Amino acid sequence: MLELRSVTAGYARKAPVVHGVSLAVAPGEAVGLLGPSGCGKSTLARVAALLHRPDAGTLVLDGEPVRRWRHRAPRAQRTAVGVVFQQPRLSADPRLRLADLIAEPLRATGRREEAPRRVPELAAAVGLTRDLLGRRPHEVSDGQLQRACLARALVLRPRWLICDEMTAMLDASTTAALVAAVEDYRAATGAGLLAVGHDHTLLHRWCDRTVHWDDLSDAVAGEEGLVTPSPVTDGS
Amino acid sequence: MTCDAPAAEPTVWRSYGTRRRSTRAVRVRVCAALVAVTVLAVLLVPPLAQLDQQAVDLAAKLRPPSWAHPFGTDDLGRDLLLRCVYGLRVSLLVGLVAALVAAVVGTAVGAAAGALGGWADRAVMRVVDTLSSVPHLLLGIFVVALFRPGVVPVAVSVASTHWLSTARIVRAEVLSLRSRPYIDAAVSGGASRRRVAVRHLLPAVAPQAAIAATLMVPHAMWHESALSFLGLGLPAHMASLGNLVQGARGSLLAGHWWPTLFPGLFIIVPTLAVAGLAGAWRERLNPRRRSELML
Repeated sequence: MLELRSVTAGYARKAPVVHGVSLAVAPGEAVGLLGPSGCGKSTLARVAALLHRPDAGTLVLDGEPVRRWRHRAPRAQRTAVGVVFQQPRLSADPRLRLADLIAEPLRATGRREEAPRRVPELAAAVGLTRDLLGRRPHEVSDGQLQRACLARALVLRPRWLICDEMTAMLDASTTAALVAAVEDYRAATGAGLLAVGHDHTLLHRWCDRTVHWDDLSDAVAGEEGLVTPSPVTDGS
Repeated sequence: MTCDAPAAEPTVWRSYGTRRRSTRAVRVRVCAALVAVTVLAVLLVPPLAQLDQQAVDLAAKLRPPSWAHPFGTDDLGRDLLLRCVYGLRVSLLVGLVAALVAAVVGTAVGAAAGALGGWADRAVMRVVDTLSSVPHLLLGIFVVALFRPGVVPVAVSVASTHWLSTARIVRAEVLSLRSRPYIDAAVSGGASRRRVAVRHLLPAVAPQAAIAATLMVPHAMWHESALSFLGLGLPAHMASLGNLVQGARGSLLAGHWWPTLFPGLFIIVPTLAVAGLAGAWRERLNPRRRSELML
């Protein structure tokens, strides 16, 4: 399970963006999270990906509560969650060729030798041709770059995948191709998915269930018994 | 309406734009030529000339510029052209070494502060602020005073007072990069702090650091000259530009202008040329920021 329990998070302590939100994703399940722009969906996604330390609440990943965040989080926990961000331009290092971009997590985790095999395999899975792999981010389109970003998120075979508005800036055919690539990966590995977005039609078709942001806060979901506000513990 | 109106004049903005670009191109070329001449002179003249810059000829002391001595002679009859070239050699060496050391130290400190953030960042930047509040020359004099005069102490003194601006620039750059999603993506991909710094942050700040280092070369040369002029830098017998100006001060009042003028030009022209090149480079990388000479 990937469980967020009454998470409160934000960028200024006095004004949290996310206020007591609980959400659970079961293994193999695809959950779509719908909400208006600026409501805090992306912040919640960052918490779920261990990239942002919440002010209160807990994240439980495969039965183990997360106590440390970002660099401090154990590598196994961090890499169990793959993330695809909304803006491919900003989420790709402009100096890396697409092949290096996709292989970077392998190199960072000391599995360099898998790169020659995994990169072409993933490139084919997300629909990137061989000539594109040698290009740098400014030489490809947003859609092509987002495909590379998806491949990078999948390269470590995460058990959970978080797609934060992955297709918001892309055309219909690229959207379909990316969703298909995600679904192929999930069918092969049984990974859970949290897809964040504002496109009802897409998320309804894509996911097993969709939840609306307004129904997530503890005031509403209280009857589900998930509410046990506890201060977050961090080793730092 | 008639159709035989005169052909349209070339638009004003176009001619203005090309003129501006050409003045910049000329400036860059002049600077590049001056730097090239300086470097060639410094590298080639000493081994080719086989002349002793320390050769004293009291019979020919304080001669005005002539064919035999294009820059004249000083109060001990030494050839000023040769002395100037040797002096420039020392000044350039000190400038390059000091700028390189300052850039490396500044980049390391700035990147560490920016990447670590929190308490480490605040502590380091307060130290930088404190050091910056003391005038550089004063701090430099203090450092030089701790050692025997020589090239190394002067380079150390200049480097130890000049890494501060690089540290600030690099830290600001790292802070702005740190919150980019691609850093998040790297963290999520299992990258360690060190990996993020070496693979993603340092390559991104390298151009800024290189420009800062280049702009620091002229500054360091001026600093060396100032220290030598004050009698605190290099030993007096060593031909450095600061020492030459210092030694010629007395004869200026007697109407001997050449021993001050030529070393002075040797300080000003190469440093302005290097600064001009570095400024043009920065303008090219970051056109929004107008280049100013960081002297």
